[in-house]
Amino acid sequence: MRALEYLRAPDTATALREAAQPGTRFLAGGTTLVDLMKCGVERPARVIDITHLPGLDEVTVSDTAIRIGALAKMSQVAADARVRTVAPVISEALWRAASAQLRNMASIGGNLLQRTRCTYFRDTAAYPNCNKRNPGSGCAAMDGLNRNHAVLGASDACIATYPGDLAVALVAFDATVRIMGRFERVVPVDQFFRLPGDRPDLEHDLAPGEMILGIEIPLSDALRRSHYLKVRDRASYEFAAASAAVGIALEADGRTIREARVALGGVATKPWRARAVEQALAGKPLNEAVIRDAAAQAMAGAQAREHNAYKIALAPKVVARALMSAGGIA
Amino acid sequence: MTSPLNPELKRRTLVQATMMTGAALTASGAAQAAAPAEANAVRQPVKHGAVGSSLSRADGAVKVKGTARYAIEQPLARMAYGVLVQSTIPAGRIRAIDTAATRASPGVLAVYTHESGFRINRPKRDLEGGAATEVFVPLQDNLVRWNGQHIAIVVAESFEQATEAAALVTVAYEASEALLHPTDSRAHPQPMDAIKAEWGDAAAAFASAPVKVEGVYTTPREYNVPMEPHACVAAWEGDRLTVWEPSQWVGGARQVISEWMGLDIEKVRVVSPYVGGGFGSKIAPHPHVSLACIAARELGRPVKVSLTRPQTFTGLGGRPRTHQRLALGATRDGQLVSIVHEGWNETAIDDTHVEPTNSVTTLMYATPNLSSRHSIIPVNTVNPSWLRAPGENPSTYALETAMDELAHTLGMDPVALRLKNWADQDPKAKIPWTTRQLREAYAAGAEAFGWSRRNPAPRSMREGRELIGWGMAAGTYPVWRQPGEAKIILHADGRVEVHSGGVDIGTGTYTILAQAAAEVLGVPVERVSVSLGDTDLPRAPVAGGSQLANILMGAVHTAAVATRTELLNLAASDPKSPLRSARVNDLVLENGQIRPSRRPTGGVAIADLLKAVERERLEVHRDTFPTGATEAQRNAGNRSFTLMQPATASGGSAHAWSAQFVEVRVDEDFGTVRVKRMVAAFDSGLVFNPKLARSQWIGGMIMGIGQALLEEGLIDPRDGRVVNANLADYAVAVNADVPEIQTISVGIPDLQATPRGGKAVGELGIVGVAAAISNAVFHATGKRIRDLPITIEKLVGA
Repeated sequence: MRALEYLRAPDTATALREAAQPGTRFLAGGTTLVDLMKCGVERPARVIDITHLPGLDEVTVSDTAIRIGALAKMSQVAADARVRTVAPVISEALWRAASAQLRNMASIGGNLLQRTRCTYFRDTAAYPNCNKRNPGSGCAAMDGLNRNHAVLGASDACIATYPGDLAVALVAFDATVRIMGRFERVVPVDQFFRLPGDRPDLEHDLAPGEMILGIEIPLSDALRRSHYLKVRDRASYEFAAASAAVGIALEADGRTIREARVALGGVATKPWRARAVEQALAGKPLNEAVIRDAAAQAMAGAQAREHNAYKIALAPKVVARALMSAGGIA
Repeated sequence: MTSPLNPELKRRTLVQATMMTGAALTASGAAQAAAPAEANAVRQPVKHGAVGSSLSRADGAVKVKGTARYAIEQPLARMAYGVLVQSTIPAGRIRAIDTAATRASPGVLAVYTHESGFRINRPKRDLEGGAATEVFVPLQDNLVRWNGQHIAIVVAESFEQATEAAALVTVAYEASEALLHPTDSRAHPQPMDAIKAEWGDAAAAFASAPVKVEGVYTTPREYNVPMEPHACVAAWEGDRLTVWEPSQWVGGARQVISEWMGLDIEKVRVVSPYVGGGFGSKIAPHPHVSLACIAARELGRPVKVSLTRPQTFTGLGGRPRTHQRLALGATRDGQLVSIVHEGWNETAIDDTHVEPTNSVTTLMYATPNLSSRHSIIPVNTVNPSWLRAPGENPSTYALETAMDELAHTLGMDPVALRLKNWADQDPKAKIPWTTRQLREAYAAGAEAFGWSRRNPAPRSMREGRELIGWGMAAGTYPVWRQPGEAKIILHADGRVEVHSGGVDIGTGTYTILAQAAAEVLGVPVERVSVSLGDTDLPRAPVAGGSQLANILMGAVHTAAVATRTELLNLAASDPKSPLRSARVNDLVLENGQIRPSRRPTGGVAIADLLKAVERERLEVHRDTFPTGATEAQRNAGNRSFTLMQPATASGGSAHAWSAQFVEVRVDEDFGTVRVKRMVAAFDSGLVFNPKLARSQWIGGMIMGIGQALLEEGLIDPRDGRVVNANLADYAVAVNADVPEIQTISVGIPDLQATPRGGKAVGELGIVGVAAAISNAVFHATGKRIRDLPITIEKLVGA
């Protein structure tokens, strides 16, 4: 590990000022940053501990939105009774992520920025060429063991999967990220995450020196009737083979889908909103056949590499089951 | 007390069954089968602390509190920290290794590479009369034999400094063509003729068999991944070397280290009081230990070397990839007429590991015709090594899956098929079994599981969107035996000490040896303290092959009996003894008191006797060596495998047996398999401590869940790199994967097998689990997966 300077910021202004220096990283729960420092992917010269910033760990639920501070812990949000009532998908996505120990440490802001588990990306000694680490240097995963790699949103430069769960739920429900830098700005989560294109090193919209203050999720009927389904070989503590964050709002008849929300995890380079599935469901009766038909569109444009074709078969089934669960017909 | 030779000894089955599963089970399966008279025997409690009682782990509290000191927690002054650099290509030469930046990095004390010129001698392999499990020694040449081979060690004042400096080493390689997969056409299989088996005419019998099944069964590279990574501390005092090493066998480690260093073995001490899991991977020290010893010698400081988790995947080997072609021929009523088997495992280019895929193929069933061959195929890999039930595990996986296929083809119940092909004696050695409670295991397991309610048709059982599958398999593990020593010390203050160099690898050796001593000496078990895992203690063989408990229970029992005799003699003969007027034959030792057998009171406590006769302590040293064993033989027993007796050594064929029953749920859309419940019945002979034996069995079964459904080392076919070399990507079973597990003991004391009648426990637990799960998956889905692990992509849409 590189020797580094450690500062504990007492307030946001100090943190932002100090973060302007190159080679600086914010440290919150440390569950991603320290892990990546151990394998040599992250080599910050300075870390600024932001865990003591006041007022950033709150969860508030109003009549219109849930607001979650960037320093709230994953387990804290997952266990929040109000969140579980108005947005079950948020709580479920958090519960199914990582392990109890990690959820107790990891912050919501840091969770969004969790980096891929691509094993070639993490193995700096054997694979110095990685477009995500060194743009233009190459990609070992493309023709390597890519069972866990993305089938959606990939580019010729990178097929690394976005690993998180929470962000999948956030994109499905039009959540926004509140960011503080030289000024405060609000970005939809869907735009916050970037496609790899030819710059897979640029994963999100956060500029150097900017900090996530929190996220906001607008309340809706679909959010209230929402569900997160995560499918994987191991029953717990594993990244998704495929996951789905879904919500359904019904017409007054209780049988017709007014609005559906669908996003996918574990199969794409970023949290993947499946608008084609949503559109195929709007106005349709809530039944298994309709849902399975619509879910089949989730993989439009998917491209398999040697070992990950199973995700294309699996993901629509995960979407369909999640929708059936949310609709009460699983 | 029922004699073990009593013809009614099968009743002990029931006693064991209840001891093992506790009160919760008394109303179910095994206990229900008991006749009323026997049911009374079932409830007879074993005396607290005695052999057979369910004592909790003696080392439990210190482990839970974190005060048990593991190898690298040894605090030594002036400790330096070594971090290894591993190769990143699979084959070739190191053209240049640039360590300038490393040497200039803060805190760096030394960098050693092949250019440093330190000699580390080639150790003697296990099969050559030594203890090493690989001949490879690091930094002796510029050759790269596998991806992830140690090529340098960086030593610094702190671990962090050494880690950073190690990352600055740059290596220029001259790559050569690597052989990465055993199926490569350039690979050269080497037949292992010593383990081939042939009788009858297997090929002809198979060709003409009315019913046939045939398949190829493969298992991937699997890793031991103990919680405690491989790490050690080496410290020299003059020309004497002490190594704190998590070792399953301090005697073997001492032998290998002395050979590496060219050092008189008497000058080497190895200490291993606690091991955070080994599962076979800590039987012999691996090459990083030699580098710790070298660095400590050169620097004149203690050096701690800890492999990172990724480095453990190539710093030592796990189970090799295995491949078996297996054909079973049978009559229409299910009688086997032929078994044709051909298997291989991969091994290293310059090293040898044999994972005998036919060890159970030739043992389990009676067949008039059998042919079985096994080969090893060298590829560019770290030498594979032992992982829980090496050989028996993959062998059983293929055989027991094939038997399930045969049962399905015949339309026969899988248990009935196995009983139909019951082997009355060891089919290969053609000698009788010592004990084989496998019928009892089938019966007790099936009863407890509810097997008779199984609808045999695949895909016939479901609940909601889950397909339900019930599968079973048999398992077995041989009884290995190697003599060992123990010492008992009685102190005048009443303390009792048991000493042996054998290691408790988390299995419960500390606990059961205290039970063995307490039982004979009639003292509370809490008063017995056990010291283990140190070459300064009496010589003991490896804690591996499920043998150590049997050996040390024998040695401690013998020592305790001798101690009792000596005490009684002392009481009856010493002029200062309060009991000097008694005859020794009239004295008994009970509840810590020596007293005349006809008098219920008025005894003398052991401590009081020692005080009276002015003895501070009484020391008794005993062993399980044959009478008249020489020092050389005793050392050989401690430092090699040369005295290890095979299962057939006693004139009977001694094996532990099991029957595994499993229910799985398979999601019909996703292909995810979840194990819903497991029931297993074990014949491990006499069980010394039911609670700890159960812990071993369920540990094996849980490991079997990982093997069946999750574990696979992913080897990049381009460069031989293990790409999932960490515990997030190499998935083992976690709590959420583990269902309710019921274990039943059906063993009876087997005194032909071992001195106290125990058989194998720890390794047995995993054997057959993968087959039982795979068979359950077939029953659920109708899909036969012959390639482990059974992951989503193999079943999605099933």
